[in-house]
Amino acid sequence: MYKITTEVITGAEVREAVEGPDAGAVVLFFGTVRNNTDGRPVRCLEYEAYPPMAEKKMAEIAQEISEKWGLDRVAMIHRVGKLEIGEVSVAVAVASPHRKDGFEACKYAMDRLKQIVPIWKREIWADGEAEWVKPDAVFFDAPKPHKIDPQTD
Amino acid sequence: MNVTVKYFAVCHEMLDRSEEEMDLPEGATVKTILKRLEEEWPEIAEFYEVMQMSVNWEYATENTELTEGDEVALIPPVTGGLDV
Repeated sequence: MYKITTEVITGAEVREAVEGPDAGAVVLFFGTVRNNTDGRPVRCLEYEAYPPMAEKKMAEIAQEISEKWGLDRVAMIHRVGKLEIGEVSVAVAVASPHRKDGFEACKYAMDRLKQIVPIWKREIWADGEAEWVKPDAVFFDAPKPHKIDPQTD
Repeated sequence: MNVTVKYFAVCHEMLDRSEEEMDLPEGATVKTILKRLEEEWPEIAEFYEVMQMSVNWEYATENTELTEGDEVALIPPVTGGLDV
């Protein structure tokens, strides 16, 4: 399951998507909406996605995990729209025979999700201002950013 | 040829639209679109340094050639997930 949703994420959907009799571990990760960013109070968050590309990139991450760890049951779901403090924005589940690989693969999935999956976050501050979040990190895997040739004038 | 261009997040706000059809000359590339947007809104060029483009849901470069019916998107830096 690789999905962008407007519905509340419970975790059951990703867990059920990966569980099976050969799994000795199911690692679940939830990202939740924090009430502050570097100490500045946050009222709520808004997420926007490019759904078809986001789901395609999630599937690619699962393929990478299959190649690195031989784990074939990975599920990822990300919510879009307005989210209140404490709500789940993203959930990842990985089933594995043993926990070590599951933990590693789950962390990898989240790291990659932040790098290549087209989803954007807008912070609505408690004082009413709002802004799109800019990541500190740059992509290491996507093609280099393009640049328009400098104008001569 | 006609292509669809999609704008997300900060691009959507800057251009005040989420998508549009563009009629481009044969042989057009992603760069053709970037140049056209820059003519309309010069400030957008400042964002090109940190922005990605996609063609048909795959990351592309400015030299990627376009064909009829392609779906192109401006991809601002992604921030899905959370800061952990």
